[in-house]
Amino acid sequence: MNPDVPAPDDATAGWWEATTEHRLVVQTCRGCGHAQHPPRAVCVACSATDALELVDAEGRGTVDSWTVVHRAPRPEVPVPYTVARVRLAEGPILLTVIDSPDEPRLDDPVEVAWHDLPDGRALPIFRPAPDREA
Amino acid sequence: MTAVAIVGAAECDLGVTDKSILTLQAQAVTRALADAGLTLADVDGFATTGVSRFSATQLADYFAVEAAWTDSTFAGGCAYEMMVARAAQAIAAGQASTIVISFASNQRSARSRKLGGVVFENTPEAQFETPYDPLNPISYYAMAAQQYLGRFGGTREQLAEIAVAAREWALLNPKAFRYGAGPLTVEDVVGSRMISTPLTAADCCLVTDGGGAVVLTSLERARDLARPPVVVLGYGERSTNTSMTAVDDLTTTGAAGSGADAFARAGITPADVDVLEVYDSFTITAALSVEDLGFCGRGEVLDFIADGRIRPGGELPLNTSGGGLSYCHPGQYGVLLLVEAVRQLRGECGERQVPGAEVAVAHGTGGILSAHATVVLGVDR
Repeated sequence: MNPDVPAPDDATAGWWEATTEHRLVVQTCRGCGHAQHPPRAVCVACSATDALELVDAEGRGTVDSWTVVHRAPRPEVPVPYTVARVRLAEGPILLTVIDSPDEPRLDDPVEVAWHDLPDGRALPIFRPAPDREA
Repeated sequence: MTAVAIVGAAECDLGVTDKSILTLQAQAVTRALADAGLTLADVDGFATTGVSRFSATQLADYFAVEAAWTDSTFAGGCAYEMMVARAAQAIAAGQASTIVISFASNQRSARSRKLGGVVFENTPEAQFETPYDPLNPISYYAMAAQQYLGRFGGTREQLAEIAVAAREWALLNPKAFRYGAGPLTVEDVVGSRMISTPLTAADCCLVTDGGGAVVLTSLERARDLARPPVVVLGYGERSTNTSMTAVDDLTTTGAAGSGADAFARAGITPADVDVLEVYDSFTITAALSVEDLGFCGRGEVLDFIADGRIRPGGELPLNTSGGGLSYCHPGQYGVLLLVEAVRQLRGECGERQVPGAEVAVAHGTGGILSAHATVVLGVDR
């Protein structure tokens, strides 16, 4: 992963702040209940600009799709690694990596883990989740 | 509305050119104008991108034309299909009379392509996606392919048919980068170097220099020019996403809406299409386009393209130049879809000519399945 993550902006500062405590949050509209990612200045479901708040996410989701990258985008990146879209229980989809020696399958349950950045923030990554029933 | 036609079409030098972007643009524009029997003195509108910050204005400067109309819409590879719609509207409205749509790139000579892609630092993608090092655009298309194969039960071998068929066409096109390279087999494609699963190097388009241009004017004027007019019958477009997480379902794209609009405007259905030129940045791009444009049902494209249907002599001639996979891919390939469609409708394609082609569709895709634009072209009846 690239440690050189751009600084947060006004719309994303709270989201990144939560990552310093390893909390995954999802921007949610108090007015209509819509959950969206990335955080932005408007609720895309109801157009509200004054009703958005960051709500703690459960930290669970499923693999929506994935790809194992075999060619490094930068020389210092070790390959292979698994990039995935994870659909959070709250609805929004996150781009992330799956930290596991095994290839995932579509719809596999996953749970959040954290990759710490040098500046104190952290990137949410995901790992296979033990089956809830188990 | 005033009917508009394409009256000139040409490529610039293709492959490895060691020429500047503007020199290649000059080749494309002057060759397309010569094809139409026109000169720069006839041109009052430019549409282009990929030149500079003010791309179309840059061309007006370069060619010393005070343009009455320009369009620098930047939407990746489908921008040129979008520009046909804009140009047809401008000509019909009387704002311009003769418009050149062009693109050229020297990306192979200049080694300017990067696997991680180009992401502006001020976008959400830079904060929320780039840190995970997806290849851009490849990994997004790879995830679309993975989801499609998983949901509908297809195989990489079935998907490889897009590349295999493109090579068959390229072997008939002397201008194709892979002309003379010999046939490509399914085993070659799936056994090629893995880039981002399930896509191998052979599922990915070429990286070449190249480009082209088309010239548009009113159909009325077109009938007095050098070549048989190719009439703009319909167009449509959709813009859906820049991020890798905005689209809910990766197995269907904006091509569905874009195609439906274009076909409705033209008053045709997929059954009326004689030649189909779709964007094949990756095998999956072309497969999703064929399906979303309505040539087969949902989840059916891999069965649909089997058995030679899209190869030379098949029922649905697809990417008859050899496509971005085997002919030329200069980074934004959309203008070359138009050039090939025009040539097929004029009957100029030699060995790869589709006999009696009267309706052709050019469908572009930009970015990471971000933008989609369809143009329906037909012979003058």
